[in-house]
Amino acid sequence: MKKTITRLLVALGLLGAAGGAIAAGAAIPIERWPSDRATNFGSLQNGARLFANYCMGCHSANLVRWNRLEQIGLDERQIREFLIFGNQKVGDPLRIAMSPAEAKVWFGKSPPDLSVITRARTSFDFKGTDYIYTLLRGYYRDNSTPTGWNNIAYPNIGMPHIFWDRQGAREATLVSTHRHVDLKTGHAGFVQTTTVYDVNGNATKTETELKDPANESFAYTFKPVDPQQSRQFDADAADVVAFLAFITDPSQSTRQRIGVWVLVFLALFAVVAWRLNSVYWKNIK
Amino acid sequence: MAEYKTPYAGVAGWFDQRMPTAMAEYRKHLSEYYAPKNFNIWYIFGGLAITVLAIQIITGIFLVMNYKPDAALAFASVEYIMRDVPGGWFIRYMHSTGASFFFIVVYLHMFRGLMYGSYRAPRELVWIFGCLIFLCLMGEAFFGYLLPWGQMSYWGAQVIVNLFGAIPLIGPDLAIFIRGDYVIGDATLNRFFAFHVIAIPLVLIGLVAAHVLALHDVGSNNPDGVEIKKKLDANGRPVDGIPFHPYYTVHDIFWLAIFLMIFFFVVFFAPEMGGYFLEWNNFIPADSLATPSHIAPVWYFTPFYSILRATTEQFMVVLAVGTIALSALLLLTVRNPIVRGGIAVGTLVLLLGYFTLDAKFWGVVLMGASVMIFLGLPWLDQSPAKSMRYRPTWHFWLLIAWVVAFVVLGYFGTQPPSQAGQYISMIGTVIYFAFFALMPWWSRMGSFKPVPDRVTFKPH
Repeated sequence: MKKTITRLLVALGLLGAAGGAIAAGAAIPIERWPSDRATNFGSLQNGARLFANYCMGCHSANLVRWNRLEQIGLDERQIREFLIFGNQKVGDPLRIAMSPAEAKVWFGKSPPDLSVITRARTSFDFKGTDYIYTLLRGYYRDNSTPTGWNNIAYPNIGMPHIFWDRQGAREATLVSTHRHVDLKTGHAGFVQTTTVYDVNGNATKTETELKDPANESFAYTFKPVDPQQSRQFDADAADVVAFLAFITDPSQSTRQRIGVWVLVFLALFAVVAWRLNSVYWKNIK
Repeated sequence: MAEYKTPYAGVAGWFDQRMPTAMAEYRKHLSEYYAPKNFNIWYIFGGLAITVLAIQIITGIFLVMNYKPDAALAFASVEYIMRDVPGGWFIRYMHSTGASFFFIVVYLHMFRGLMYGSYRAPRELVWIFGCLIFLCLMGEAFFGYLLPWGQMSYWGAQVIVNLFGAIPLIGPDLAIFIRGDYVIGDATLNRFFAFHVIAIPLVLIGLVAAHVLALHDVGSNNPDGVEIKKKLDANGRPVDGIPFHPYYTVHDIFWLAIFLMIFFFVVFFAPEMGGYFLEWNNFIPADSLATPSHIAPVWYFTPFYSILRATTEQFMVVLAVGTIALSALLLLTVRNPIVRGGIAVGTLVLLLGYFTLDAKFWGVVLMGASVMIFLGLPWLDQSPAKSMRYRPTWHFWLLIAWVVAFVVLGYFGTQPPSQAGQYISMIGTVIYFAFFALMPWWSRMGSFKPVPDRVTFKPH
């Protein structure tokens, strides 16, 4: 009996390990977006400013109206004077002038509308906010791509690094460990590839063969020329993500505020209903 | 005809004098409908299902006021409801959460039926109407899911409509007929909208009425599976029955409050429910040129979807062995030579079909069968006792094994295809069908406990 149980446990363990192996692979390490910014008006307004000045060169948010931003502490005059370019009205959606057809020619793919982007990019593996935070901070120079930029979260991305002047130059080191099979000799083994991209995007690649089998993995480090500027940009990126999260689901804060009262009411109602029920049922023998 | 003299005074009397039907129906269905006094928590889900139906209809009316059933406008109109319509987010989240809760409540309601034998005579019709309600509910959920016009709406509908294409000969034409186009398009959206907002709800409400009327004619079952109508008092009322109103109305109101707390917690704090109630991919507008890497139906369909996916070329061998075993068992049990001949011919036809027609077709057949098989329960179950309380304990564990198979199938239905998931789904499918197919034999076996004359009840 004991033996059977042990076997069963081993089998279950193997199953679990198999599941883990499927899930692992060389996934991109997604960083956590500092979510406390979602409720900070300063962050949200900075995010709105960066969004209007940078992102809206190419990305629309057609499902959002400008005056929705009153919810993050801006008034109509501020929205009109500081955020809207051109002759849009405050009741208009966050439209852009670039046509999707032209964009497709220029970038290979029309830049997506960002109205609900943090939800659309969420999956069972990571949150959309974390993904975009990693993406915005994951650019490095790479001379081999058409735009001269590449991204650790989205390899060979069509979008160039729009915030490059704010982030400052960085050197990137990408370390990837993977199984390698030599097709001529049939020799299989594990290889660790280290690629260093200097600030001008020139790559230096070194490959070392590992003696022992290893897990497939991917890691990266960035070395900014000006660490303080780079840190400042991390805060900006977090604010842009906060703004994107806000426009994705603008009812969230209202919802949670009302929700507490609804639950309090229902709890009180449940107590009354419970007592009423007892009064009726005490006669049932 | 003698003139009717109302026994009521005041407003009720005025009303009753002019329309005696109203008070008569009130008495029949509420104040003088005698329900067994030993209901437990499993008996709250019928009432909750009606509540969720009401929530869906009322929120649905408000959604239709602002929704645009047009492939070019649908996605944006849903976001418009959630952003620019006052309180629109509340209405929409209630409706989307309500859809999932409808299935939670109905699955629990059905489990209650399985546990206490509520489908057994004389309640076969109650059960059949219930199964038809479940079918309608699935249709309603499927048609409604296309309306937000996101990627999952679009590709989910594409996958399901394509299933009809697996039917031999007429399949491909039938799929085009259903879509009204060669791919899911504006025509499909409009007809699904029509089905979702009027056709299916009308049938659904009719069936709910039939379900409740049939129940009130035969009376409710209870956790003991004892017929309370067998023990009547001097006034002809069941001794173990109590008027539904006020006893069960106050009782259900309490549980309704608890249910609403859970329901509104989801609505206000987690409307996406981790991607299970509102799928993340569905926030990307439908794009006929970009197929998502992983298409999964919403959680409530995934057990059946898993059965579909488990039915591969490989599985046909398992299915053939299962069919042969079942027909051998039937041939050993049945005496009538004509029936025996029919079973033999039927088995041969099935076996021939398994290896000549596409496995996909049999996947569709099994998926359909996995839902329709519930209709046969009143006749499949041959146990001398209705309630699990008086059946051998292993009967209960068999039911739990089936529930586990159902949940595991559901889990793997949400996941991308994998080798391990494939085998586990195959095992789950075998357990799912074996439970029902072998029920006429296993439900008679084992030692049954004596069923009491009256219900067991402990005063509160």
